[in-house]
Amino acid sequence: MMKQFVRLLLLTLLAVAVSACSVLPQRGNASKGQKLDPWESWNRKVFAFNEEVDQHLLRPVATAYSEIVPEFVRKSVDNVFANVGDAWSTVNLLLQGRPKLAITQGMRFAVNTVFGLGGVFDIASEAGMERNSQDLGQTFGRWGFGTGAYIVWPLFGPSSVRDSLALPWDRLASPAIVFDDGKAKVAIYALQTINTRSNFLRASDMLGDIALDKYTFYRDAYLQRRGHFEDDDEAEVLVPDAPSDAAASAPAASASDAASAPAVTASSPQ
Amino acid sequence: MLVTKRQLMALFAAGATAMAFAMPARAADASAPDLLIKQLSLDVLETVKSDKAIQGGDVKKINALVNEKIMPHVDFQRITATAVGRFWRQATPDQQQKLMDEFKILLVRTYSGALTQIKDQVIAMKPLRAAPEDTEVVVRTEIRGRGADPIQLDYRLEKAGAVWKIYDVNVLGIWLADQYKNSFAQEIGANGIDGLIKALAAKNAAAAK
Repeated sequence: MMKQFVRLLLLTLLAVAVSACSVLPQRGNASKGQKLDPWESWNRKVFAFNEEVDQHLLRPVATAYSEIVPEFVRKSVDNVFANVGDAWSTVNLLLQGRPKLAITQGMRFAVNTVFGLGGVFDIASEAGMERNSQDLGQTFGRWGFGTGAYIVWPLFGPSSVRDSLALPWDRLASPAIVFDDGKAKVAIYALQTINTRSNFLRASDMLGDIALDKYTFYRDAYLQRRGHFEDDDEAEVLVPDAPSDAAASAPAASASDAASAPAVTASSPQ
Repeated sequence: MLVTKRQLMALFAAGATAMAFAMPARAADASAPDLLIKQLSLDVLETVKSDKAIQGGDVKKINALVNEKIMPHVDFQRITATAVGRFWRQATPDQQQKLMDEFKILLVRTYSGALTQIKDQVIAMKPLRAAPEDTEVVVRTEIRGRGADPIQLDYRLEKAGAVWKIYDVNVLGIWLADQYKNSFAQEIGANGIDGLIKALAAKNAAAAK
């Protein structure tokens, strides 16, 4: 296992270095369209293949899953995968140099693993700890690497040069990592895929409704979303302005409401 | 953890301010765009939370909500013109109107899909980074739900005379007008402006079934 890790790490670093050398000098020469999607005709073929697989296999299975399996079971399954995701997000937040968010995220993982029975229950969210998911592709982005050209992978779907380099690592961040048995690994990855797809049943139907050309729509959404980074400004929760006659009671009431929920977190280290 | 404490303090501060003054006049001009978004967000959220029909996806009610509460604050012509890009000037006024109408129906459908997902979410706002003399600003908010990543929701606003109007929306890092630019250009390139109007109308008709 360790050997594989080291080999993957070296390969990724090498690839990042090579792509940085080869991609950067081209900036400004090529037109925006070409740079965005130079392999469009190939990508479209892969996209069509993925759509077929989705339509005939993944979507029906995910639909059946969400109809047959009770909601609390699906929620638990989702929580377990998300909990491992939280651990990976913690690593990435650290790599991105955002210690404060990393601590919250690490706390989420710790609380849910210990008190949430290995992540089955998302107690951290109940306690007001917000989730902030980050993957290695985003970390590379924070380090200054642009997304690079758009790539559609068979089965894995939309990606970019940068995110493809991160993909093997991001795939490792799964509960499957603790199993040595090949069959168990495959089963877990399969469940993970079905779980993810079932979470996006509604969204994917809606995207189909509002996209003129699905390929273009997915590509542009992917590149915009993955090429954009938010700052860490803290947001303040909005509460309705109290009408003047009720001004004395209303803010006090909402403040005590808010106080009751995060009270659990007060003892946790910051 | 830090967030919640700070929120609490802000809450108390806001409560105290509200009690002490009846809305200071200064707040209305310098920070008008964020005030507008704040009021609009809260208004829509409260309306949806208290209306089971809207949560159920009642198209009539959602259209009423959009037309009465949201559209008066939106420069929809600018959104459409940005999405259509350089072809906008080549379109006749009639074509422009048709583009706006069909595009609006398309977007309201997306929006109503989002509204049906509202349960216990709250809206949070990031500090406004703008100079008082700016006439175009970005107001950044996020929708928070339990156990979910916050959903980024930003607005571009411009000052038109004395009022601020929304001219683009960003959902999860995706600016809406930009999102449609390539799709629209592709359709216009293949079938012209009328082709785009037809394609949008066909999409809307198919989804209405």
